Amino acid sequence: MSDLNTAMIEKYRSNFLKEVEANVEEGEWVKMCMQCGVCSGSCPLGKHWDHPPQEIFMMIRANKRDEVLGTDSMWMCTSCYNCIARCPRGLPITHIMHGLAVYSKRLGLTQKKQPTAEFSQIFWDNLMKKGRVNELKLGLSMYFKDGFGQGVKNAMANQKLGQNMMKAKRMNPMEFFGGHSVKDLSGFQSMVKKAQEIEEGNLKEAK
Amino acid sequence: MAKIELSFYPGCSSQKGATSSNYLVSAQTMCEELDIQLNEIPDWNCCGASIGYGGGGELPRLALSARNIALSEEHNSGQEIVATCAACWLSTREAKERLHEDEQMFKDANAALSEAGLKYQGEANVRHMVEVLVEDIGFDGIKSKVKKPLEGLKIAGYVGCQTNRPFGIAGESFENPKYLDNIVEAVGADSIPTYEKKVQCCGGALAFSEPEKSQEMIKGIIEAAYDNGADMIVTPCPLCQANVEIYQDNINDTYGTKFNMPVVYYSTLMSVAFGRSAKDAALDGQVIPAKQLEEIASK
Amino acid sequence: MADEKKFAGYVCTGCGLGERLDAGQLETTATRDGKMQSCKQHEMLCSAEGVQLIKDDIANESVTHVMIAACSKRAKVEAFNFPEVAMTRANLREGVIWVRPESDENQETTQEMADDYIRMACAELKSMSQPSASGEQTLNKNILVVGGGITGMTAAIEAAAAGYPVHLVEKSGKLGGALGSYYKVIPTRSPYDAPAENPVPGMIEAIEADDRITVHLNSTLAKTEGAPGRFNVEVATESGSSETLSIGAIVQASGWKPYDASQLPEFAHDKSADVVTNHELEALAVAANGGPIKRPSDGKEIKSVCFIQNAGQCSDKEGHLSYFSGVTDLVSIKQAMYFKELNGDCDTTILFDNLRTPGAGGEDFYRAGQQAMVTFSKGIASEVMPGDSLTVKFEDKILNEQTEMVCDLVVLATGMEPNSGPDPYAQLMVDEAEDEEEKAKAQAILENAPPSILNLQYRQGTDLPHLKNGFNDSHFICFPYETRRTGIYAAGPVRRPMDAQQARDDATGAALKAIQAAENAGLGRAAHPRSGDLSFPSFRKEGCTQCKRCTVECPFGAINEDEEGYPMYNESRCRRCGTCMGACPVRVISFENYSVETVNQQIKNVEIPEEWDEKPRILVLACENDAYPALDQAAQAGVEINPWARVIPVRCLGSVSLSWVTDALNNGYDGIVMMGCRRDDDYQCHFVRGSAMAAERMSKVGDTLDTLNLEPERVILHEVAITDVERAPQLINDMAETVEKIGLSPFKF
Repeated sequence: MSDLNTAMIEKYRSNFLKEVEANVEEGEWVKMCMQCGVCSGSCPLGKHWDHPPQEIFMMIRANKRDEVLGTDSMWMCTSCYNCIARCPRGLPITHIMHGLAVYSKRLGLTQKKQPTAEFSQIFWDNLMKKGRVNELKLGLSMYFKDGFGQGVKNAMANQKLGQNMMKAKRMNPMEFFGGHSVKDLSGFQSMVKKAQEIEEGNLKEAK
Repeated sequence: MAKIELSFYPGCSSQKGATSSNYLVSAQTMCEELDIQLNEIPDWNCCGASIGYGGGGELPRLALSARNIALSEEHNSGQEIVATCAACWLSTREAKERLHEDEQMFKDANAALSEAGLKYQGEANVRHMVEVLVEDIGFDGIKSKVKKPLEGLKIAGYVGCQTNRPFGIAGESFENPKYLDNIVEAVGADSIPTYEKKVQCCGGALAFSEPEKSQEMIKGIIEAAYDNGADMIVTPCPLCQANVEIYQDNINDTYGTKFNMPVVYYSTLMSVAFGRSAKDAALDGQVIPAKQLEEIASK
Repeated sequence: MADEKKFAGYVCTGCGLGERLDAGQLETTATRDGKMQSCKQHEMLCSAEGVQLIKDDIANESVTHVMIAACSKRAKVEAFNFPEVAMTRANLREGVIWVRPESDENQETTQEMADDYIRMACAELKSMSQPSASGEQTLNKNILVVGGGITGMTAAIEAAAAGYPVHLVEKSGKLGGALGSYYKVIPTRSPYDAPAENPVPGMIEAIEADDRITVHLNSTLAKTEGAPGRFNVEVATESGSSETLSIGAIVQASGWKPYDASQLPEFAHDKSADVVTNHELEALAVAANGGPIKRPSDGKEIKSVCFIQNAGQCSDKEGHLSYFSGVTDLVSIKQAMYFKELNGDCDTTILFDNLRTPGAGGEDFYRAGQQAMVTFSKGIASEVMPGDSLTVKFEDKILNEQTEMVCDLVVLATGMEPNSGPDPYAQLMVDEAEDEEEKAKAQAILENAPPSILNLQYRQGTDLPHLKNGFNDSHFICFPYETRRTGIYAAGPVRRPMDAQQARDDATGAALKAIQAAENAGLGRAAHPRSGDLSFPSFRKEGCTQCKRCTVECPFGAINEDEEGYPMYNESRCRRCGTCMGACPVRVISFENYSVETVNQQIKNVEIPEEWDEKPRILVLACENDAYPALDQAAQAGVEINPWARVIPVRCLGSVSLSWVTDALNNGYDGIVMMGCRRDDDYQCHFVRGSAMAAERMSKVGDTLDTLNLEPERVILHEVAITDVERAPQLINDMAETVEKIGLSPFKF
C-alpha cells in the first residue's frame, strides 16, 4: 500500500465521498446521482463490470472505499459517452469513471496486469517520447508487455493483420527507427512535466 | 462558393504509414473538390486520445490539447480548428470547455504551456470535418458536386460513438443521428435507415486491451450491416474504421463467420462520387477492398 | 307575455342538412305530428340572421316554446340562447346525417331518423315549461371558514380580499394550525434551493389587521342549518357562550393529524426519545433557536441523523396507511437541510425506496439537498435498535445487501391523516356490507367515528361524506373542490394529503368556489355541472307516499323531510341531477323542463314500424355529461351508428325512471341501451352517486322483462367515458346485432 493511500485514509477517515470530491476528476458530481441506473443499462461493456456506474456511485456514498478503488470495473470504460448522453442528471459519468481509475492507479490500488490500465500507461509513455503516437511501437509494447515469449506469440497470432496493414500502407516498419515527432520536443516535454507537477502538487496539498 | 479556410488538426493516426493515412488522403481530395483549404497546425501533438487519461490524468491530458489550440491561435489566427478524427475533435473540444468552465484549470494549463513558450486563450472554435460538411457545405452542396453518383450501392452508415457523443452534430439525436445517411444519399447511394448498430460502440481503444470483449461488439456491427443488405459500411471515425475493418479475419476465426465487409470513410465515398481516381480516394488503403467503388472510380 | 302557449319550430338546412334530408317533410312532421303552430326553414339558423328570425317571432308572435331542428344541443349554445322561452333541440346533424352514410339505399332510414327526432323534440317541448328562479332568494355574502390553519387562513384572506365578509372559526386558542409551529417550510419560489421562512406569522398579522375577517378562537360549530345563501350557524365557544351567524357558503379547512408512530414498534418510537416523527422534529428545530439541533434524550448535539421514508405509509400492513402522503419526501429533504444549516458537518442520510418530489420546484429542491451533501440511499429500513446511539438496520436496494448504520437521531417520515367529521354514510356501509370482513371494517369506522365538525342539521347526517381513508369525497376529476354538500367546500389536507403551498392554492380555489356558491344561491342558479340552471325539483304532494327514497338517495343531501315525512327540497343545495326523480316509485317528482313526462313523450312519439317492416327500434338513454358528448365526438369523426337507434340525453343515469324502460318495452322497442358514467370508488359520475344508483335500480329490470316474457339481453346498462368515441357507437351497434339475433319484440301494435 502506497504512502499516498495511507495518507488519504488518514485524512478522510470515514468520508470517502469527500475524498472523491477532492481528488477525483469531476468527483464533485458523484453526490448528484439519483440512482436511476440508466448509465448501467447504457454501457456497451456493462456485463463485464463487477460494479456498474450506478453501483459505484452508491458504494462511494456508502463509504466502500476498498471495494471501489480495488475493482477493475472502471477500466471497462470504452469512452463511448453513452452514459453521459443519457444521464438525466447530466453527470459526466465517463470522466468520473476515468477519474476513479486514475485515482486508484495513483494510490497503487489498481489490480496488477489490468490490461487496459497497462495499455493506457503504455500509450501515454509512447506519446511522451515524441509528442505523437508511434503506432508500431505501441503495438509492439502491447504485445511484449508480458515478456518476450508471450510477445512473440502475440505477434505471430496477429501476423496476418500486420501484413494486411503493411500492404495497405497503413503500417510502416520504418517507424521502429525514429518515426514522427513534434519539432519542439523539449518544450512539449517540459510543458507536460510542469502539468504533472501541478497536478501532483494539488494531490499532496489535499494530503 | 467562397473558399473555406480552416486550421487543420490531422492527428497521429492520419500520418503517413499510420492506420488512417487513407482517411487523410481521401479527406484532402474531398476538400479540394469542395474548395476547402486545410492549413495544418504547425507542430501539433497527440491529443491523448480516449485512453491517455490512464497515464496522464487530468491536467497533463488537457495541456496536450491546450498546446494544439494555442499553436493554432498563434499561427492560424482567426481560423476555426477542424479535426477529421473523432477522438482528436472530442479531446480538443472537451479541453476547451473544461478550461473555460474551470478558472483554476485555465491558469494551471497556461502555467504548463508557458514552459513551451505558449499562451492559451481558448477562443478558436473546434469543429469536426462532418460539421463543416453538414453546416457549411450542406447536403445539397455535396450533391451538386457529384459527377459519378454511387447508384445501386447500399451503404450502412456507422456513426459510432465519439463523433456522436457527448457533443454530436447540432440538431442530430444521440440515439439516431441521420447526417451520415444523408451524406450517403447525397452521393447517390442508398442509405439504410434501419441499420440498428449505427451508434454501437466498437470497443475503441479497448480493442487492444480487451480484444475478445471488443470483437464481440464489432461482430454485431458487421452482422447488422449484412442483415440489412449492405454492400459496405461507411464511418466518420478512424478508430471505428480500423476496428471494424481489420479484425474481420480474427472474428471469422473465433465465430466461424465469413465476414468480408468493406469499411470506408465518407471522404472515400465523396472522392469517388466527385469523379476522382481510386488513388485519390485512397482505395488502395483498404484492407478489405471496396471493389464496387474501385469499379466506379475506374469508369 | 300572454299566458297562452305558442309553439314554433325551426328547421336548419345548413351544414349539409338541406342536401341530406327532405326539409319540407321535416317541416310537415313538425306541424302535423309535432303540432307546432308554425315551422320555418333557414339555411343557417345559427347565423345572426337565423337567430334574429327566432327572436323576432318570440317578440312579435308571442312564441313561448321553440323547437330547433339543427345540430346537437351541445353545439351553438351561445347562438341558441333564448332564456325567456322553453326550448328543445332535435339533433339532426350529429344525431343523424353525420352518423349515417350518404347513399340512396340509406336515404329512407336516414329521413326516418330525422323525422323521429323532430317528433321527439316537439313532444318533449309540449310537456315542458321554461324554468325561472323562485324569487325567494337573497344574496348572503358571508363566508364561513372552519379551521384556522394555513388552509383556513388563506381561504379567509382570499375571500376577504375579494370583498366578502369572513368568519374564521378555530377550535384552539390561536391561529396557525400544525404549520404554525414549524421551523421552516418547503420552498415555494425559484430557485427552490433552501427551506423557506414560515409564512404563518405574517398571515396571522394580515388577518388581525383585516376588518372583513372576524376570528372566533376556542370555538366550534354547534349547529349548521339551512342551505347555501341561508345557512344559520351556531358558533359555540369553550366558555359556553354561543352566537348564531347567517352565512352564504362554507369552507371546511379542518386539516390533518399526524399518524400515530406508536403503531410502528419496529422503529422504537416509544422506546427511545431519539426516534421522532417528522412532525415532532419541527419542535426540536425550533427549540434549537438557531443553534445546533440537540438530542431529546441527553441534549447532545446531533452529529448524525437518519431519515426513514415511508414509515407506516404505502403499506398493506395492519395499522399502516395504505396511501402515500405525497409530501413527506420533500419534508425530509427540508428537514435534512435543517441539519446541514444548523449542525455543521452532521452526517445526514435519507433512506428511501421511491423518492417523490412533486411540484414545480420538487426536483430542484432534491438536487439542492444533494448539493448540500445530504446522502440519499435507496434502502428499506427494517428496524431501529435503541441504545446510546441508534442502529438502523436496512436493506440497501442498490448494493443488494442487508446492512446497518449508527446515528444519533432517527426521523420517521410518517403520513398525514385527515381531520374529518364522521362519515354520514358509515351506518349505510354497515348495512350494505357484502361480507363479514367488509361489515367488520365498516362497523369499526362507525364505532371510531370522530366528533362532528359541521354539525349539519341535514337528513343525511352531520358532516361531509368520505371517499377513501377518511378523506372527504369530491369529484376528483372534474370538480375537486366540490364536496357532496353543495355550498360547503373542503380544502387542504382534509381533502387529500398536501403540503403548505398546495393547501394555499387549494384554499384559494375553495374560497372562490364558496363565493360563487353564495352568488349562485342569490340568483337561484345551480352549481356545477349544470351551472346556471334555474330549474329545481318539485313534487305532487297528493301522489307522494312518504317513502323517503328521494331523501335517502339524493347524493348531495339536498332534501330534508318535514314532520309528516314529505320531502323538503332545498333549492340551493340541489345540483339538478334528477336522482330523486329516478328514485321516486310513484313518479311525482319533476323539474319544469325535465320530468318523467318529457322523456316519456319522446319515447312514445317515435314511430314504431310494424313487425313486417323489419325495422327495429333501439332506445338509447345517454348521460349528457359523458356518453352524449362521446356520441357527438364520434359523429364528428364520422363513426357510423345504426339507423334503428333513437338517442335521448338524460341529466344523469340516476334520473332514469324505471317506467321509461317499461313503457318503451310495452311500446314495441326492441332494445334499450343505457349509458352512464363509471360508478365505482374511482367514479366519474358528475353527480357522484347517480350512476351507481341507476345501476342498482336497473338490476331489478330483469323482473320486468320476465313479466313481459322478453329476453334479458334487450336491456343493457354500460359505463361510458367521454373518451369512448369509438366504443359508445359500437355499444349501440352491438345492441342492433343482438336484436337481429334474438328477433324483434313481439310488442309491436
